[in-house]
Amino acid sequence: MRIGVITFPGSLDDVDAARAVRLAGGEPVALWHADHDLKDVDAVVLPGGFSYGDYLRAGAIAARSPLMRDVVTAARHGLPVLGICNGFQVLCEAGLLPGALTRNSHLHFRNRDQVLRVERADTAWTADYGTGQRIVIPVKNGEGRYVAADDDLDRLEGENRVVFRYVDGNPNGSSRDIAGVASENGRVVGLMPHPEHAVEDLTGPSTDGLGFFTSVLKAAVNA
Amino acid sequence: MSQVDTVEIAAKTPDEEQPWAELGLKADEYARITDILGRRPTTAELAMYSVMWSEHCSYKSSKAHLRQFGGLPPSDVLLVGIGENAGVVDVGDGYAVTFKVESHNHPSYVEPYQGAATGVGGIVRDILTMGARPIAVMDSLRFGRADAPDTARVLPGVIAGVGGYGNCLGLPNIGGELLFDDCYAGNPLVNALCVGVMRHEDVRLAKAEGVGNKVILFGARTGGDGIGGVSVLASETFDEHGPAKRPSVQVGDPFTEKLLIEACLEIFAADLVTGIQDLGGAGLSCATSELASAGTGGMHVDLDAVPLRDSTLTPAEILMSESQERMCAIVEPAKVEEFLAVCRRWDVLATVIGEVTDGDRLTVDWHGERIVDVPPRTVAHEGPVYERPMTRPADLDALQADDAARLPRPATGAELQAHWLAVVSSPDGADKTWVTEQYDRYVRGNTVLAQPEDAGVVRIDEDSHRGIALSLDGNARFARLDPYLGAQLNLAEAYRNVAVSGAEPLAVTNCLNFGSPEEPGVMWQFAEAVRGLADGCRELGLPVTGGNVSLYNQTGDIPINPTPVIGVLGVHEDVRRRISSGWRTPGETVLLLGRTKPEFSGSAWANVVHGHLGGRPPALDLAAERALATLLAALGKEGLVSSAHDLADGGLAQTLTEAALRHGVGARLRLPGDPFTALFSESTARVVVTTADPGGVKTTARWAGVPVTELGTTGGDALVLDGVLDLSLAELRAAWTATLPALFGSPEVAVGSVPAGTVPTS
Repeated sequence: MRIGVITFPGSLDDVDAARAVRLAGGEPVALWHADHDLKDVDAVVLPGGFSYGDYLRAGAIAARSPLMRDVVTAARHGLPVLGICNGFQVLCEAGLLPGALTRNSHLHFRNRDQVLRVERADTAWTADYGTGQRIVIPVKNGEGRYVAADDDLDRLEGENRVVFRYVDGNPNGSSRDIAGVASENGRVVGLMPHPEHAVEDLTGPSTDGLGFFTSVLKAAVNA
Repeated sequence: MSQVDTVEIAAKTPDEEQPWAELGLKADEYARITDILGRRPTTAELAMYSVMWSEHCSYKSSKAHLRQFGGLPPSDVLLVGIGENAGVVDVGDGYAVTFKVESHNHPSYVEPYQGAATGVGGIVRDILTMGARPIAVMDSLRFGRADAPDTARVLPGVIAGVGGYGNCLGLPNIGGELLFDDCYAGNPLVNALCVGVMRHEDVRLAKAEGVGNKVILFGARTGGDGIGGVSVLASETFDEHGPAKRPSVQVGDPFTEKLLIEACLEIFAADLVTGIQDLGGAGLSCATSELASAGTGGMHVDLDAVPLRDSTLTPAEILMSESQERMCAIVEPAKVEEFLAVCRRWDVLATVIGEVTDGDRLTVDWHGERIVDVPPRTVAHEGPVYERPMTRPADLDALQADDAARLPRPATGAELQAHWLAVVSSPDGADKTWVTEQYDRYVRGNTVLAQPEDAGVVRIDEDSHRGIALSLDGNARFARLDPYLGAQLNLAEAYRNVAVSGAEPLAVTNCLNFGSPEEPGVMWQFAEAVRGLADGCRELGLPVTGGNVSLYNQTGDIPINPTPVIGVLGVHEDVRRRISSGWRTPGETVLLLGRTKPEFSGSAWANVVHGHLGGRPPALDLAAERALATLLAALGKEGLVSSAHDLADGGLAQTLTEAALRHGVGARLRLPGDPFTALFSESTARVVVTTADPGGVKTTARWAGVPVTELGTTGGDALVLDGVLDLSLAELRAAWTATLPALFGSPEVAVGSVPAGTVPTS
């Protein structure tokens, strides 16, 4: 199973995402932002980092890269796509997910081990979890406050598209404690916390993040 | 604007007045430049000499003393020693590690965010220049009193700057220090460390060789930032109503630096350079003169080719600019196209600005005219060296006579508890989460241990599990009381911190922060600290791989306490056997390794409770430190201990607090002897471990020659000292965690954290 990991200028957690794919039993495939080439992958991860330094809006320039045009098209045809942190910001900027990520309410970058509640265990990236399950994975961002208009938030909740919520404390002031959301078809998921940093006991707070990558291997098979 | 000063004009106008004094040169130094050149220097040459002969670049006051490090016995692990951008150490399996710590003290006081950010950026480029991939950073910080108004200005900016740059660059911050003292009120210390890893055969050196090879400047454009003293020249060339002096603090762009790192690593992998140097202090002047000086000597640069952010810069300013995120490479002509292609792929601007030439002159042209023609060694390596006068400070005898033994001690359990809480809730002792939460510790996925552990531990090979450990320590109170001993005590602490993680200590780096070298008392402190560090390294059998000296750290006539910050690097053959500092499991035996004596002078207790600094620091026993390190390595390999935490500032009280609060596991303990001494003495060579096999630990300790005292058993939700006090973890946690948020602002959002004990957080 080939899982692509895109490197934009300023991507940082691409090596981590590739490692997570490998540990889950998949084959990571390096994708380059400037190429129009998805290399026939079965799913795509947009990793964390500071693409283009986040100097405009976080994710805004990466969302307009050549490869992202292909990702948008493929995603509309059902390709599973996961955006982590900066990758989530890119997906929002690219219009694949609703809402926006703004500066944390307390204005600091914050890195901590965060408890999340899995609200939906039937997306391409969360099938190996149970609904209501609590997982611990690191969160680390300066612009992770999820915002959207109230109507949009109501619609998201109504369509059951909130995939993760922060519990035991909201680290960045996100609306309704939303940590991650999904596309209508549940194939595209974006979240601020970092599952790829919770895949080994040695280096992570848990191995709770591995489920993202094992889930997508099954989703890709079943697609 | 006046005409550009050329070599030709300089030769014809020997009597032209030049602002050498404003540029920080002494009369005899200016005379020496004139001697070297056989004429007065041009404006551009004067600028080059003045920055390269500054204390910061030339080490002119410290060099005579630093030679002691080079005189240490040869070390098998040292692949590249002092003199290069950073030393390189063999850590086994063909891996080489390079690490270095550098100060950015003065810029961080002027502009805290950018000063600290560019401090990180600069040290990362030093590591990159050696051919290594940077893998982690650390920071050692000192500020004035925590409640001083200016600390509230400086500290948040520095923390945000260290974090902002390192986070955006994708380097985990794995540890460091944050301490407060009045002496830093007008002169905070920002020391940043970077560590990088490479294969032995990939080590790169900064030298320009091969006539006809091209000099390529790549990275950011050159702007007017960080020009500092050279703005004197700039303002000379503009009329009085022209622009004001340019900002002397550099502005960082970590995104460009990230691209520079990836481009450089691709360039190294394809073997496209023969020499490389980063542009840091003194910018292009430093890079070109050092590359030429370390090589065959000849180089020509066309300054018109340098890409500029500001077209009004004068040639002297271009030579001096400290614009960040720039590197200079020497590339064979046949490889230039491939080099430029890699840079294009990473959106890194790269420009051929000159070439290596025959002969031994560094020449620079501007608009077709020669503005620099110098022997590069005289700029880069043969600057002035001073044997400055030294005198033992007159107040030292009185200070050392004022022993902390005279201070009133807590007598009752309630008083002991109050002093305990005071020490651990003091800004020095308090929980540092407010700071470390602003740093990414996870990026790259190899961080095995990070703050608040005693040492940072990073995996360098995912298959063999080989890794490294690093600690930075700099107790300035001890160094104030006795700089010779203080430097050694800091070395001992960093060594112990690395050993506590289960690593084998391998090599030493340092950042020596002192006051003005023109003050004989300060110069004596500096010399004593260097002598102490060299003697300590000799006894421990560790090489000094390099370091950094920061002088003139003072406010008015008052120097900072001497602050030698010492970094020790260790190696883990298998990071899976690392030992962490927190207690996780109830029912384990708590053992104290090492010997406790009544030593309170310079202690956190004396400082926090009595505002006292006097007496002699605790005794140093490097043989005991070695035995302890050997023991810890053995305990780690055999898996005999489940935690180990060293004793330093704040003594056992601080250590117990941190170990218990880490995962919310208390203990019931019976302290031997006088509880005050047991809790607050800062005797060295001590570590607290917990174990399920106390017999095994005691047997191994006997073999290693380390005394063991059984203190009690882990468990419960309090630290109970039988017959003395009963301190609930809730009360202890409340005191320990409240301090920094109360001082520097609490997040407005209601936040919680993972319940203690539910989740491993190593």
